[in-house]
Amino acid sequence: MIGNRIAAALAGVTALSLALAGCGDSGNKSSSSGQSVTSLSILDYYNNDPDKALVQKGLDSCASKLSITIKRETVPGDTLIAKVLQQASSKTLPDVLMLDNPDVQQIAATGALAPLNDLGLNADGVIQGMVDATSYQGKLYGLAPVTNTIALFYNKTMLADAGVQPPKTWDELKAAAKKLTKPGRYGMAFNANATYEGSWQFLPAMWTNGGDETDLKSPQVAEALQLWVDLVKSGSASKSVINWTQGDVKDQFVAGKAAMMVNGPWQIPALAKAPNVKWDVVTFPLNKPDQTPVAPLGGEAWTVPLNKDQAKQQKAADFVKCLNSDENELAWAKARFTLPTKTALLDQYAQEVPSMKAFAEQVKTARARTGKLGDKWPDAAKVIYQAIQLALTGKASAQDAFKQASG
Amino acid sequence: MVHAPTLTPTTEESGPQPVRRARLRRRRGEELTKVLFVAPAALAMLALFGYPVVKNLLMSVQDYTLRTFFTGQAPWVGLRNYTTVVKDHLFSQAMVNTALFTIGSIAFQFGIGLALALFFRRRFPLGGVLRSLLLLPWLLPLIVSSATWRSILEQDSGILNRTLMGLGIVNDPVPWLNSPSVALIAVIGVNIWIGIPFNVTLLYSGLAEIPVELYEAGQLDGATGWRGFRYITWPNLRAVASVLLVLGVVYTIKVLDIILGLTGGGPANATQTLATQSYQRSFVDFKFGQGAALSNILIAISLAFAILYLRTTRRAVDE
Repeated sequence: MIGNRIAAALAGVTALSLALAGCGDSGNKSSSSGQSVTSLSILDYYNNDPDKALVQKGLDSCASKLSITIKRETVPGDTLIAKVLQQASSKTLPDVLMLDNPDVQQIAATGALAPLNDLGLNADGVIQGMVDATSYQGKLYGLAPVTNTIALFYNKTMLADAGVQPPKTWDELKAAAKKLTKPGRYGMAFNANATYEGSWQFLPAMWTNGGDETDLKSPQVAEALQLWVDLVKSGSASKSVINWTQGDVKDQFVAGKAAMMVNGPWQIPALAKAPNVKWDVVTFPLNKPDQTPVAPLGGEAWTVPLNKDQAKQQKAADFVKCLNSDENELAWAKARFTLPTKTALLDQYAQEVPSMKAFAEQVKTARARTGKLGDKWPDAAKVIYQAIQLALTGKASAQDAFKQASG
Repeated sequence: MVHAPTLTPTTEESGPQPVRRARLRRRRGEELTKVLFVAPAALAMLALFGYPVVKNLLMSVQDYTLRTFFTGQAPWVGLRNYTTVVKDHLFSQAMVNTALFTIGSIAFQFGIGLALALFFRRRFPLGGVLRSLLLLPWLLPLIVSSATWRSILEQDSGILNRTLMGLGIVNDPVPWLNSPSVALIAVIGVNIWIGIPFNVTLLYSGLAEIPVELYEAGQLDGATGWRGFRYITWPNLRAVASVLLVLGVVYTIKVLDIILGLTGGGPANATQTLATQSYQRSFVDFKFGQGAALSNILIAISLAFAILYLRTTRRAVDE
């Protein structure tokens, strides 16, 4: 009995000393050269197929290029930040961390991320909106291989039947929506729920009309809100838009209960499953013909959390660089109905994937949500969705809604 | 119920010294055993309940933000978080909504629960089966219930509006979750539906405890029907009822998932409660200090009811 215990204790001590030796060893090596790094841990929120598997493919190709192995963990999208915070407080952040682009500045502001410029990365050729989103105080903290945005989907059959052209202006949009509305079907669907998602869908109207998140009480912003109000008040859009998510909007469109919808290209795989729905996409309509369409920029950036192990940190940066190679950008964009973030690749891509043409056009001028306000964006986004709710429920006019919502 | 057997032999004072000392020693030993038996539970309680409560109190007087998780620094700000949340333009609305939600939910859960419990006390074929079917809402995960109810209450294609219109009860679809004046009622309605099984179960077992002889005796005195309920059933059910009501308040006041699932606090903040506000400040806005301040206000209100509960049960036992 006692003998056993002593043996166990001895074994433990041996294991411990071996482990210590191992640590010291790798520590020495890493400080001299980056060759000893053989694996990287990765955290992202692509936890459902097909995205999960498609992203895995891209990650694997870079892993083999850098001859490392990867240890990937995926969590549901809405739990990623909670997971990151938990890991941050226990100092167990992964070597490579994926973040939704509007979160990059907030996390960078906490001091958790390594500036990528110092590790030999840059954002040359990347669309300005994405550079704005992934930079904080003049330094680059993330790179996004692919991006997305929102535009106007329309049901080709329904528009043809009603003799309606895809709308180019807000007046045309309202007229078309009205003409397309009949019992059991709305002309237009969008998402205006009381979350950041509701604000995101409002941005094409707000920004295209010259509205700005730094001055939400401007007439341009109120005019944009009036468009949403008009669509709902006239009965061209359902009153339920104040509770719908973008997924709900897509369901309405697929079920033939909406003739047009504001949505993003990530819905294309779902639309493809309903072959009887013939659809196309145009950029979001303009209030006045001389405006340019401005939509918000989506997509996720890959970042490198600060790491005491310099070699590992450098390897992680190299890995992010590989994920953002031209080759990988195009492969990911094609596989997942997203868009490459480098301007030079957009035209080639639009030719190869015609269904993404409108999005490719829209993304060139697309703006980052955090471009102007940085980590103060969530406060503005909250005011925006509160104002939309007040106006669409008739609790305030479009003119007063933003004043009321800012409290 | 709580009267522990008291160990006070009257002969102790008059006993000779050595016997007394031995007894004293034995008694000390017994005390120690008692403490040792209770200690693990007390420690577990302290770790599981004490720690979060204290942590939450501390957090509410700190500027606890995203940055804190990385740097570990959370500057002390005194009561600033409390003044911020109380001064917020949504606070009074959230208070009123919380009160309406709690009172509305409990009044109907209890009323309907009591009616059903009385109904099921009668023996009839399939009564037991029906009673267990009644438990279903309670067994469903809340997120499932709220998602299902959300589709039932949908304005255009929801089954409730279709039924009401088909029966000619309403001409236009009711904006259950889309109108600020209706949404709170709809949300309370769903919460009532979820809470009924719990009330039925407890009230039914309370009713089963009442001896049949009481009713037989009451019948001789003419206490049947309403009078039987008034003079026999209700007085005997009071202890169960008071426990149920207080538990109901403590449970309902912090309901979160149902509201988040149905409306997310909207439309236009019509279903915003202290609980949803606390959640949003902590996990949407990442202002953890303010979220903690709001949840402490909630805890204080619950605590007031818990004290009420302890007092009523003590009185019930004393009677």
